[in-house]
Amino acid sequence: MSLTEDVRTIAKKYPDSRSATLPALRLAQERDGWLSPETLREVADALELTPAYCKSVATFYDMYHLAPVGKHLVEVCTNLSCALAGAQKVVDAFEGELGVKPGETTPDNEVTFRTVECLGGCGYATVVAVDHRYKQHVGPDDVAGIVEEIRGAQ
Amino acid sequence: MGLSNVLLKGADERDLTKLAEYQAIGGYAGVPKARAMTSDALIEVLQTATLRGRGGAGFPMGRKASLIDRSSAKPKYLVVNADESEPGAFKDREVMARVPHRLIEGCLIAAHAIECTHVFIFIRGEYLAEYEILQAAVDEAHAAGLFGDTEITVHRGAGAYICGEETALLDALEGRRGQPRPRPPFPPIQGLYAAPTQVNNVCTIATVPAIIEMGAENFAKTGVPSAPGTAIFSISGNIARPGNYELELGTPMRELIYDIAGGVPEGRELKAVIPGGSSVPALSPSEIDVPLDYDSLQKLGTFFGAASLIVVDDRCCMVQLALRSTKFYMHESCGKCTPCREGTRWMVQLLEKIEEGRAELSDLDVLRSCGTNMLGRVLCALGEFAVYPVASYMQKWGDEFVAHVEQGCCPFGGESSLDGIVAPSDAHHRTVEAPA
Ligand SMILES: Cc1cc2nc3c(=O)[nH]c(=O)nc-3n(C[C@H](O)[C@H](O)[C@H](O)COP(=O)(O)O)c2cc1C
Ligand code: SF4
Ligand code: FES
Repeated sequence: MSLTEDVRTIAKKYPDSRSATLPALRLAQERDGWLSPETLREVADALELTPAYCKSVATFYDMYHLAPVGKHLVEVCTNLSCALAGAQKVVDAFEGELGVKPGETTPDNEVTFRTVECLGGCGYATVVAVDHRYKQHVGPDDVAGIVEEIRGAQ
Repeated sequence: MGLSNVLLKGADERDLTKLAEYQAIGGYAGVPKARAMTSDALIEVLQTATLRGRGGAGFPMGRKASLIDRSSAKPKYLVVNADESEPGAFKDREVMARVPHRLIEGCLIAAHAIECTHVFIFIRGEYLAEYEILQAAVDEAHAAGLFGDTEITVHRGAGAYICGEETALLDALEGRRGQPRPRPPFPPIQGLYAAPTQVNNVCTIATVPAIIEMGAENFAKTGVPSAPGTAIFSISGNIARPGNYELELGTPMRELIYDIAGGVPEGRELKAVIPGGSSVPALSPSEIDVPLDYDSLQKLGTFFGAASLIVVDDRCCMVQLALRSTKFYMHESCGKCTPCREGTRWMVQLLEKIEEGRAELSDLDVLRSCGTNMLGRVLCALGEFAVYPVASYMQKWGDEFVAHVEQGCCPFGGESSLDGIVAPSDAHHRTVEAPA
């Protein structure tokens, strides 16, 4: 099915089709990796909204990418509980292993690495989300293995 | 009394993500019982139970249901708040991952009370595994014909703490930027799609089946009179056995920290406890002999919040803690009202100045007044959540703030547990100069 058809199917679950905006943007991003102006136009057409509206919504939420990102996303929580448990050492280890700083993508476009706010796993610090799958109790010594796993999954 | 296993009952023994297992322990029996009652009678039961909201404010759930404008010609909606993004909180996640059917059963009962046939569960976008489990449970219960004429839609967020605020959540659910709405009108009168709407936390709704099972009077005898029942307490930070513990309300905080969760590890000393998630005022070690319930914590000048304790040991610099916390609220401020949008940024800049040893004593007053000027002048509580913790750190650990100024550097000399912690907002380009 095309994105438009999928989006319209989702929209039918709601009393008002506008409610499908967040799911539609997610679906489009899953297909294209990020929300380009062309992709935003496609979502807007499917929902009979304007591209500007869709962009204004997309920019509000942290999980939408308005610029290209790597094939994999590594997110390290540095909020209070993880920070108290030593999250910065995990951040440093990823920086060393990937050779990029938080907020950057590796030159081969494989991995985008960033720090994030609380992921809701504070009791299992440090929490790292790899492509939105949580890894818990991560210490600096686990980082090389995680990166290897990601690179192996290419 | 002696009840400490309501929400998670049976989950240690069985895989309650499966419908048959949940039904084997009496699951979903509350739905026909509730449906045999009129809405008025069911609301009466919920009011007698005096179940208080577990999402933060502690408003009685039954009273909220009674405020729903059922005379309205519009549909009525029940919206479950599963946005759980408060730093320190991870209880709703455990409910959805381990007892999703208890939440669904609660939805069906609560929906009947307010004559609602379309329930929405708004789950934060980051909770992918939990979404998959919950959606599978919804599908299974639906296929088994348990829903009757009720529909449940699981709606995923996309990464924004502010969507936990109930009116921002409703805007996000309507496909908009998740920014809080001015009130009144309150959601029970005009909520989702401008229709009467009940918004409740995951744990609030997942407690409802127990009320039907035990009877409201019996339920009301548990916990403390002002707040019956149990809560799942999330405990994290510098603690030996972090995790979720379901306990009766009124359990002493000291018991949770020391007896249940094993106290502060590595021979360190307890320095502070943030009892309700990062948004509430912190307590000092001399204040932890307090029962864990809404009113007792409020008497100490703090809040029950999200039943989420963050334990801090003596390695932590309180200026760094304040700075990291405030960076979060700055990052999550939706920008709709000026005091919060500007104030959180100023607070960050002032705290940076203090931490880096560039501040003067008068900057501490500026920081205090910045906070005072935000309180009561913001559209939603986020603008206050940014201020409460910092104000409490300055009040109780004021010497540390002064020491930064007098020594011209952080007195922890790079040895604080939060030293150098990188926040997401640090990757943003700075567009505003620090105030001189
Ligand atoms: C900034 C902010 C964030 C909030 N986040 C949540 C949340 O993640 N989950 C939640 O249940 N309530 C949250 N709340 C409280 C909700 O606005 C609302 O009071 C609650 O969902 C009502 O449910 P309850 O009565 O069952 O507690 C938040 C409030 C504010 C101001
Ligand atoms: S207080 Fe902050 S988060 Fe709340 S509406 Fe105002 S700007 Fe938005
Ligand atoms: S502080 Fe890291 S998951 Fe909550």
